[in-house]
Amino acid sequence: MNNVYYGKLVFELSKPGRVGYSLPKSEISGYCISEMPDVLKRQSKTILPECDELTVVRHYTNMSNNNFGVDTGFYPLGSCTMKYNPKLNEELCALPGFNRHPSTPVEYVQGSLKVYDEVQRTLAEISGLSRFTLNPYAGAHGELTGLMVIKAYHQQRGDEARTKIIVPNSAHGTNPASAAVAGFKVVEVKSLPDGTVDVEDLKPLLGPDVAGMMMTNPNTLGIFERNIPVIARLVHDCGGLMYYDGANLNPMLGVCRPGDMGFDVMHINLHKTFSTPHGGGGPGSGPVGVRKGLEHLLPNPQVEKKSDGTYDLHCDEKSLGCISSFLSNFTVIIRAYAYLLSMGKENIPMAGKLSVLNANYIKECLRSHYLLPIEGLCKHEFVFDGLRPEYGGDHHDPAHVTTLDVAKRLLDYGFHAPTIYFPLLFHEALMIEPTETESKDTLDDFIAVMKRIAEEARDNSEMVRTAPHDTPIRRLDDVKAVKEPKFTFKNL
Amino acid sequence: MYKYFPHTTDDIQQMLDVIGVKSLDDLYAEVPEELKLKRELDIPSEKSEIEVRRIIGGLAAQNKPLVCFAGSGSYDHYTPSVVPFLASRSEFSTSYTPYQAEISQGTLQYIFEYQTMMADLTGMDLSNASMYDGSTATAEAMLMCVANAKKRNKVLISATCNPQVLRVVETYAHYHGVELVKVPAADGVMDKAVAQELIEKDDVAGLIVSQPNYYGIVEDFTGLADLCHAHKALFAVNSVASSLGVLRTPGEWGADIACGDAQSLGIPMNYGGPYIGYLCTKNELVRKMPGRLVGATTDAEGRRAFVLTMQAREQHIRREKATSNICTAQGFMCLFVASYLSLMGEKGLREVNEQSYAGAHYLHDALLKTGKFEDAFGPKPFLCEFTVRVKGDAAELRKALAEKGFLLGVETEGMPGCLTIAVTEMRSKEEIDSLISNI
Repeated sequence: MNNVYYGKLVFELSKPGRVGYSLPKSEISGYCISEMPDVLKRQSKTILPECDELTVVRHYTNMSNNNFGVDTGFYPLGSCTMKYNPKLNEELCALPGFNRHPSTPVEYVQGSLKVYDEVQRTLAEISGLSRFTLNPYAGAHGELTGLMVIKAYHQQRGDEARTKIIVPNSAHGTNPASAAVAGFKVVEVKSLPDGTVDVEDLKPLLGPDVAGMMMTNPNTLGIFERNIPVIARLVHDCGGLMYYDGANLNPMLGVCRPGDMGFDVMHINLHKTFSTPHGGGGPGSGPVGVRKGLEHLLPNPQVEKKSDGTYDLHCDEKSLGCISSFLSNFTVIIRAYAYLLSMGKENIPMAGKLSVLNANYIKECLRSHYLLPIEGLCKHEFVFDGLRPEYGGDHHDPAHVTTLDVAKRLLDYGFHAPTIYFPLLFHEALMIEPTETESKDTLDDFIAVMKRIAEEARDNSEMVRTAPHDTPIRRLDDVKAVKEPKFTFKNL
Repeated sequence: MYKYFPHTTDDIQQMLDVIGVKSLDDLYAEVPEELKLKRELDIPSEKSEIEVRRIIGGLAAQNKPLVCFAGSGSYDHYTPSVVPFLASRSEFSTSYTPYQAEISQGTLQYIFEYQTMMADLTGMDLSNASMYDGSTATAEAMLMCVANAKKRNKVLISATCNPQVLRVVETYAHYHGVELVKVPAADGVMDKAVAQELIEKDDVAGLIVSQPNYYGIVEDFTGLADLCHAHKALFAVNSVASSLGVLRTPGEWGADIACGDAQSLGIPMNYGGPYIGYLCTKNELVRKMPGRLVGATTDAEGRRAFVLTMQAREQHIRREKATSNICTAQGFMCLFVASYLSLMGEKGLREVNEQSYAGAHYLHDALLKTGKFEDAFGPKPFLCEFTVRVKGDAAELRKALAEKGFLLGVETEGMPGCLTIAVTEMRSKEEIDSLISNI
């Protein structure tokens, strides 16, 4: 990453006559699209640029220099598990043998089907559940699929009255949004001052209209929900199912499994817990697992290992239906397989423990400067409620230095910002997730910078409020982006 | 310690001391004992890089190659070497959704370019950057129709859509509570008379059609947009992205929404994913649009720069009232498409279509000449994909050809005895001739 802003768009590099591709000379003559009826043909020219190959390579390379990734530096974005993405995984998913048409007869893709089946089995063991589908494309897609499993379960029992999904008020935004897309009403349950679900608030919400409850454990504050056995029992007693949002699975690896906590359905974010790259926001992968007795509800098609050791695809009539064109974001699955094989049973639990060690270490080192609203051990992440009052963070002072200011100042020091203003329980939430692949040295640097920013906020708050200063561009006018919307080059 | 963990034993001890606990296990003191796993995970032991390469390389080698003459939602187009090379730059691939715009201009710029290109190819005003694949993008288009109509809950979809798309849209409709009605096909294209009859009932939120359709036929949508608009329904067109370079665009057909899969724009087949769905619409509908949108604005020094915008539609702000649960920004695949189209330009995209057209028509005519095939629906305009009826056992023929190294299309769903076959610029005349000589 460098701090010189590039900022050009490819359309501005175009010159008539330049070409960036080469195709073989056509050996077939006598056929031309102009034969088609005019009404079926494109009328307008396109905006596509005309560029030679090096122009395109330099353009995107220059753009990449204005981008920050895990390979660039520390990326403590809470709830996103920005761990290192091993390079071996990239090499293996790009093997030409895996680039197959999705309708290839199964006899010709046995290797791919085995990758799929091995990953689903491994995830089932790690989660304490019976079976996984790898078809969902992302975490939110997994949530939607899991909620469809829950709905199908109730519908197939002939119970149409279960229209509600309970969601904690600290939940990821995707939880209520996925429930709404799946056609459920969303009911929020409150949190106690320590950030965990208020069981007394939950009890009156339970009844014959409850389809299930979504939770993540540890929750979005990084706190382990100790009452999970009680909550699971209450929800099960009223006939509902428990859904585990696997966004926060990383710290629990090998220590405590969602299936053993009482969850019936869950998704895993392979791009979080299992090291596949986030890719600027996608593609992800959101495998969904279910406990015994719910396997037939998983989406079609499913990969099946036959008694002779070969693999087949099959569709279950009682399945919830199809949720994807084909069989998963397959190259993401290959990456996760390479990670699972590499790490093995020895290191997967260690990943969780070291992520918890790192989070607690930062928390203890910074609580002198930042407001820690919840005491006690955290898991993989934790939340500060902004700067302490003595460092300019007093929320009642209109001139206080905000979490946004701290986040922007961090960029000047070469760190990505934590997640900010989430969860919504605190005014100035600053949510830090370091992951296990960060060293004590990196954490110490980060801690020193966070302390320095707190001191700057106290002694020279203007400097922090106008940050960043040393990034390729300065703070952006978000309001203008909404009021004068420009979504394409033509609008500029 | 393991290669992905930087901690030394000393580091761990020092950190535990700061936290005030004795061991790593003590970090889990609050987890009830009865919930803890008291054994090792029952999965294989750690493996070295050499071993992992051997295992996964061996599985890749088990996949036997077939010369691809199949399409139906996944196309074997040429990917210039520059495309995966640029996408593999880890400043792009190891970043997250570009929340911190000041250090994410790379991602934001290529998404803005992608949005520009897709909006232009479809003839619409704007594009999002968040759809997983063509099927889910079409399901989101259906949800947009319903959200826009408010009091109407019925959406029509042409039965000539790819069945993979139909199945996913049906799933979303079933769970979301949308009444999805299939408009039947007549002679391989949507029966417009039936569509008209249904739309004239004034209870339809939208109509979704497909181009080229599942059978490869290029349909004529003349009059459909006006019909929809006269009855306050939205008109949505699902297209194969590559074909947009030469076929009448959804915008030119008068569509309100364009959706589909953009895999055909430089993304390898990858056994089904990852791909990227596209969803484009008109300015009026932007607030009904799901997913991430990048907009241009200025920074504190007045420089043009890019930022995620219109977030008030999205799940992290609106929760259950959001336009969708989408959280993904399909960045990595946007980069594939943007760099592909930057290299190909209009001329390259046209040439790809011309060569695919020529190859497909050459193969089609040669198959008919053998006397062993006939057009499934008589002569119809098609681009690079067509459906033929096999005089004999289609499944057996496909199987026999696979043994000779060819993937001869897919068995056409709902049309026993038929195959839907695709040809792209990747197929040489020699390969096509070799296929024909093996039939």
